Amino acid sequence: MIVAIALAIAAFLVAFLVIPVASVVYTAFSTGAGGFTFGHFASFFQISLMRESFWNSLYVAGMSVFFASVIAIPLAYFTVRYRFRGALMIQTLGVLPLIMPPFVGAVAMQLLFGRSGSVNLLLSQWFDWRIPFMQGLNGVIFVESLHYFPFILLNLVVALQNIDGAMEESAQNLGASGFRLFRRIVFPLAMPGYVAGASLVFVKVFDDLGTPLVLGTTNMLAPQAYLRITSVGIEDPIGYVISVIMILFSVAALWMSARILKGRDYATLQRGGSSLQKRKLSAWQAAAAYTWIGFVLLLVLSPHLGILLISLSKVWSFSVLPEGFTLAHFATVFTESPRMIGNTLLYCGLAALIDVILGAAIAYIILRTRLPGRQLLDSTASAALAIPGVVLAIGYLRAFKGLELPFFDSAFTTTWVALMIAYAVRRLPYALRSCMAALQQLHVSLEEAAENLGASKARSVRRVVVPLMAGGILAGFVTSFITAAVELSATIMLSSSASLAPMSYGIYLYMQSIAGRGPGAALGVIAVVIVGLGTYASYRLSNRSDSWTR
Amino acid sequence: MRRRDWAPAFAGATMFAMLSSVALADTITVVTSFPKELTTAYKAAYEKKFPGDTVEILNKGTSAGIAYVREQSAGSRADIFWASAPDAFEVLAGERLLQKVEVPTGNIPAKVGAYPINDPEGMYYGQALAGYGFMWNTRYLQANKLLPPKEWADLTKAIYHGHVATSSPSRSGTSHLTFETILQGEGWDKGWTQILQIAGNCAAVTERSFGVPDGVQSGQFGIGIVIDFFGLAAKASGFPTEFAYPSVTAIVPANIALIAGAKNPQGGKRFLQFTLSEEGQQLLLDPKISRLPVLPAIYAKAPQGYPNPFDGSIRAKVNFDSNLSQSRYYLVSSLFDQVITFRLKELQAAAKAIHDAEKRLGTRSSAQLEEAKKLAWTAPVSAQQAQDKALLAAFAATKGDEAAVRRKTQAEEEWNSKARFNYLRAAELANAAR
Repeated sequence: MIVAIALAIAAFLVAFLVIPVASVVYTAFSTGAGGFTFGHFASFFQISLMRESFWNSLYVAGMSVFFASVIAIPLAYFTVRYRFRGALMIQTLGVLPLIMPPFVGAVAMQLLFGRSGSVNLLLSQWFDWRIPFMQGLNGVIFVESLHYFPFILLNLVVALQNIDGAMEESAQNLGASGFRLFRRIVFPLAMPGYVAGASLVFVKVFDDLGTPLVLGTTNMLAPQAYLRITSVGIEDPIGYVISVIMILFSVAALWMSARILKGRDYATLQRGGSSLQKRKLSAWQAAAAYTWIGFVLLLVLSPHLGILLISLSKVWSFSVLPEGFTLAHFATVFTESPRMIGNTLLYCGLAALIDVILGAAIAYIILRTRLPGRQLLDSTASAALAIPGVVLAIGYLRAFKGLELPFFDSAFTTTWVALMIAYAVRRLPYALRSCMAALQQLHVSLEEAAENLGASKARSVRRVVVPLMAGGILAGFVTSFITAAVELSATIMLSSSASLAPMSYGIYLYMQSIAGRGPGAALGVIAVVIVGLGTYASYRLSNRSDSWTR
Repeated sequence: MRRRDWAPAFAGATMFAMLSSVALADTITVVTSFPKELTTAYKAAYEKKFPGDTVEILNKGTSAGIAYVREQSAGSRADIFWASAPDAFEVLAGERLLQKVEVPTGNIPAKVGAYPINDPEGMYYGQALAGYGFMWNTRYLQANKLLPPKEWADLTKAIYHGHVATSSPSRSGTSHLTFETILQGEGWDKGWTQILQIAGNCAAVTERSFGVPDGVQSGQFGIGIVIDFFGLAAKASGFPTEFAYPSVTAIVPANIALIAGAKNPQGGKRFLQFTLSEEGQQLLLDPKISRLPVLPAIYAKAPQGYPNPFDGSIRAKVNFDSNLSQSRYYLVSSLFDQVITFRLKELQAAAKAIHDAEKRLGTRSSAQLEEAKKLAWTAPVSAQQAQDKALLAAFAATKGDEAAVRRKTQAEEEWNSKARFNYLRAAELANAAR
């Protein structure tokens, strides 16, 4: 029974994760005739646009990490070091950006911080001076750092909290204080947490397709992969080369973070010491801290505010604020595309359901059985984290080319099933983590008791294990659901018809309308509300505020 | 609800979802690059008239649309291809992906200016007309104390430096047509000079054609080079923008065609016929669509001031030669990218330096300035080289041909580095001019 389930899961993972990714890698290295070649890589680096895209992607990811750090490090330090009420605000700060898909925020940021955005209009009125926040790569960096800094913040807070207070005291006894203490003792000890967060930010930014596309910056790797595959065609080897490069960078960054996280466990083994001493803020320190928090809060809220303004505004052009407000855009969305909202609920719901079923099953197999090779299931499922959405979608288009399903009279890759499965595969690691955590907390004696009372294995799983895991399973479901609801990279490649498309694709499509971006923004607001509610639910359910950020 | 009740509910939902997505026999699938305002209007009107049919819109960029059609197997392809760029239809026809179809065109004239509205071979039909011009944000121009431009040549003036935007022809069929029109109207050498001068004034070369009207609409750019309906529709939607045609413009049809190997050719033909009918043409006048119908009678119902290509209110001086355009399509696109899109920063700096020098020198002449202008405003490909059969072949070759790819890559690198060198030198010379 268990073996059959394990094999079924393995078959699913092989079919929808291993084979598509393998076919991408294979195509990148194969000559048309089937031989092995580095030729495609050589031609990739011969095209100056590709070289430029490569460096741009590295630059944008690196700079986003830098700016995200600038925002996150002070905030993390405040929470751990000082006793003050701003900590709650910082927690809120850690959640707000994540409920807004970055490509939605990007549009709002353009109107607020763009060349003739509100801020620059005011600046040029008052000082005759502008800041090129949103020009080219700057725009991508700005939007991405604001969106992803919580990854650094949350990881760093955990790391700082785990520092042994004795370390700090020894340093102080030896005469270190102030910034020197932070730079030489506190920060190096928190380094593992920082690197874990930073590498996540790097990967996310490196993979992101929606933000550069919405901002019209296409000389980066992810947009190039998308444009090559959709315009040159599925046979174009350069698209696959880009995909392989993206996988390599993702894997390298995640490997680094995993390695360093292992190191952190060692540090926390030192028991007995207290954590860093909390201090009270002096008046001017409090003022500085609150100013910084207020400033970041304002920046973080700007895309939310901007998108709300666009969704409610009649016309917003070359003015600080829109003139005239209307609810017409919401009416348009509800009359023209209720199906998109329905599609999102259906696809992401099914994907999340698949995720928790597979996640719970894998967790059970790993923690409760001695099946040989069971760790392989875990590592394969988790490997999906390192596969960019664009790459997985390209893999589907490649591996399932020409495949037709019964009941559907079109190719598999143009049906919503392909999209739904892509969501499920991409979000499986999230659900898996939740399920593993829930099952780990469940003592095996409960199942043994049930079995002693005569329940069969299946019955004890159904009546004891699953109900007791329900909280974790539900949290996993919500996490998978909300992250799938705002995913654009795979969506944009696998969606073909408007009537079968989910909301995220609808937002992208609506944002490209000459009659204004109102309806797109309205759809964006609805998405943010759905994701916000989901996030809150998952937070309440799991009580593990970090489970959905990884 | 108890846990075990979930299973049937879930199965029911799945069944429902599967059934509802099974395509009905008379679904008409339309691949189009047009915005949703237009597609929604046509879908609604058509389904109202033919309640048995369902129209399914696949919204794809022109080149993505071609790739999509190409990659489906015959018999399960989409039914209709509907897009602006005539070149795209030539490409599809060349690959035998279009199906000849007889549709009564009634009162649609054979030509607009000297350009045939329908494909002489009958593979595709003109469905609407489009001209190219500029769109500007009135508030932006007012704030920067600028007057709207009237001709392409106006955009080369120093006052517009940093206020213009255009998109790359390699990414946008419409902008390819715009620049090809300038090249045909002014001649190769003079045309490139003008294009380089305009590009030197550009704040951005966007990668999608929509990036330009979008930026003008929100006031990121002052003036954008756009296809007419972008300008007209933005104005009709209440944005503070205006649109005008320069005298060197071409009126070119946006086309519609039946795809060969379509799943539902009968339905496709019905839809195609509908878009050319009086009802279908009337829809184009919707303010949010604002396209020029091919049926002259419709203009009688148009609002005051609506441009009419049939009564001479648009002065199209260029007789667009689509064969010439197609023969050098990839060459023009690639040259534009190498010397403008990828070298915009250097080109902008050179233009700025030349403008400054002109201002500083007033009417005095300077050999250095002349040299700078010559360097900055000359394309690295001469009119003669542009007709070189071998070069054109290398650019038109399919990607399998390795020698052609090498020739092409080599030419691109050469243009790119030459452009960079010229712009830097031009800026130096202009700054030194006394």
